[in-house]
Amino acid sequence: MIHGLKAREFDRLSREALGDDIQRGAIGKATDLIRGRRGAAVARLPEWEELRERARAVKAHTLARLDHYLLQFVERAEAAGVVVHWASDATDATEIITGLVAEAGERPIVKAKSMVTEEIGLNHALEARGLRPVETDLGEWIQQLAGEPPSHIIVPAIHKTQAQIARLFAEQLGSAEDASAEELTAIARRILRQEFADAAIGISGVNFAVAETGSFLLLENEGNIRLTTSLPRLHLAVMGIEKLVPRLSDLEVFLRLLPRSGTGQHLTSYQSIFTGPAPGRGAAPRRGRGGGPGGAPPPARRHRRRALVGDELRRSSLQCIRCGACLNVCPVYRQIGGHAYGWVYPGPIGAVLTPQLAGIHEAKALPLASSLGGACEEGCPVKIALPEVLRDLGREAGEAQGEAPGGEGFGCGRWAWFMRTPRRYRWALRLARLGFPLGKRLGPFRRWAEQRELPRPAARSFRDQWKERSR
Amino acid sequence: MRVSLFVTCLVDQLRPEVGLATAELLERAGCSVEFDPRQTCCGQPAFNSGYRSEARAVARTLIEALEGAEAVVTPSGSCCAMTRRYRELFAGEPEWRARGEALAAKTFELAAFLVDRLEVTALGARVAQRVSWHDSCHGLRELGLRAAPRALLARVAGLELVEAGLREECCGFGGTFAVKHDAISVAMADRKIDELESLGIDVVTGADLSCLMQLGGRLERRGSRIRALHFAELIAGGLPALAAAAEEPAR
Repeated sequence: MIHGLKAREFDRLSREALGDDIQRGAIGKATDLIRGRRGAAVARLPEWEELRERARAVKAHTLARLDHYLLQFVERAEAAGVVVHWASDATDATEIITGLVAEAGERPIVKAKSMVTEEIGLNHALEARGLRPVETDLGEWIQQLAGEPPSHIIVPAIHKTQAQIARLFAEQLGSAEDASAEELTAIARRILRQEFADAAIGISGVNFAVAETGSFLLLENEGNIRLTTSLPRLHLAVMGIEKLVPRLSDLEVFLRLLPRSGTGQHLTSYQSIFTGPAPGRGAAPRRGRGGGPGGAPPPARRHRRRALVGDELRRSSLQCIRCGACLNVCPVYRQIGGHAYGWVYPGPIGAVLTPQLAGIHEAKALPLASSLGGACEEGCPVKIALPEVLRDLGREAGEAQGEAPGGEGFGCGRWAWFMRTPRRYRWALRLARLGFPLGKRLGPFRRWAEQRELPRPAARSFRDQWKERSR
Repeated sequence: MRVSLFVTCLVDQLRPEVGLATAELLERAGCSVEFDPRQTCCGQPAFNSGYRSEARAVARTLIEALEGAEAVVTPSGSCCAMTRRYRELFAGEPEWRARGEALAAKTFELAAFLVDRLEVTALGARVAQRVSWHDSCHGLRELGLRAAPRALLARVAGLELVEAGLREECCGFGGTFAVKHDAISVAMADRKIDELESLGIDVVTGADLSCLMQLGGRLERRGSRIRALHFAELIAGGLPALAAAAEEPAR
């Protein structure tokens, strides 16, 4: 059971989102702004395409030898004093974390923004134990106040206007209904400072992990990650196995790509590299499960990410560095926003990851929720072939429908049979022409014609007219 | 130069005028034009749904029909781009891969062929209209089709090219996407159409009939005065094509 998964309801959710003009306006304005900044930042790097190719190659190489690098990372990280726990799925991960939190005395928890903790439903699991993890990224904090998941990978509250946020703060915190942006951030700062001061446990994600040194890197602009990882006594970093790069020097290319792709910045305000706990801060006691020395990654049959590693096309999805660039250029995301995708990852990368991480049966509509125009692939800093993976998943979704007559697979098979010889092609089109007056009211044609005029077959096809012309 | 037409299944069945206009423009540019009726489709519908073996079966038909030609020209950026994928589509079949690659190497989108290959831009056309160009996704991103069609439009007497800010945004067609997610698809078209209407243009044109059916079908339903026309028809037919489009009975 995956917490918060609603991707099966894509049709309903996307239709509702289309009706929300305020949200569409907010997303359009914000993504236009980011796209403009990204474009300017990229234009100043003539070697951009070369950087993308290097980043793709590093990620592809690492994923092809993932076990080797994972074991190397764990060995070096443990040598530096980090305690590593393996988790094979979301339940496993939340149990390990809630266990560690219980050992630390269930003290106040602050959290840095982390998509993988959204994925495993960590806040939900902690709240179920009566704990109150506090998100400290401003956007995530707004979303937590609103009781909503993030709607964008790096701009969690992108779908909200300032006026909506002011109203939310007024309801939840008693501030003025018409508070300015400065006043709203001052309120957040005052409250979050106290949370940091009180916290005993800090939970973060990981942007990149380095196999050769056992280090990991976190990028941010607000300074909340520095505080989350340094003020509390215990720091828990949650990481997907795909976050690895082999060498410290590999970070150079990603440090140049990620901020520019995400926000159009040359560099984020803070970059923190962790290699073991700070001096004087001991590691937490090791727990039994999965974390012992010489422990191996969980088997692929239980671990969805590891299952992807075996397929060259599919594993390219794991190259993702969570920059959100594909969302910002996606014409579908722009119309429907992030929540319509029904889980943690929205936009093109969500349409690619959700069916693979949650199962195709949970997200059959997502691979088809793309016009396959390729803006996402063009914008992707690590060159994930997003349309190609979507096509591949589209077939899987079709097959999951059972190949029924009228289904995608059945249709493609019949279609291909008719298209294989010119004679069959002419028959098929003759049939289609005869059936057109009726077909207009059926199935796909009706869905086309509801809001658009349907093109009518020509009285005489090109091939018939050409025959006459050449006579 | 002898040129073999790949008219595409959509043009063949829905708007043969685009195929005839393509032949007309190629002849004006000094080519002799052939059409091989063994052709059906490039295989893209199956390919886009992830059905690669079905796509290969159809692609083989196209390869067999057109591989003997000196050059193949098609009035579609998207179908032309599909031939560029045969290399990867037939990765496991060396013989077909080589034949597919050979076909792709001599297949051109119409505007790119006229401007880049033949270096012809002046086609003796006159269209006194305000026209906007829609950069279809596949032509733009896979073929780099941007300058060539504009070079052709620049030589059309009386034509005023009005560039839209959203010219490179997807129209919302996307094959089955247009019907599977029809509401999103229409919202995407509307975003473009809102801008086109604000520009006060007469015609939106492009290199792909599929996108133009999407924009045209929505324009017509909205009761807009803007017409969506393939550039071959616009340039070859000029004003008569426009008049015909305007007089088409409402359906």
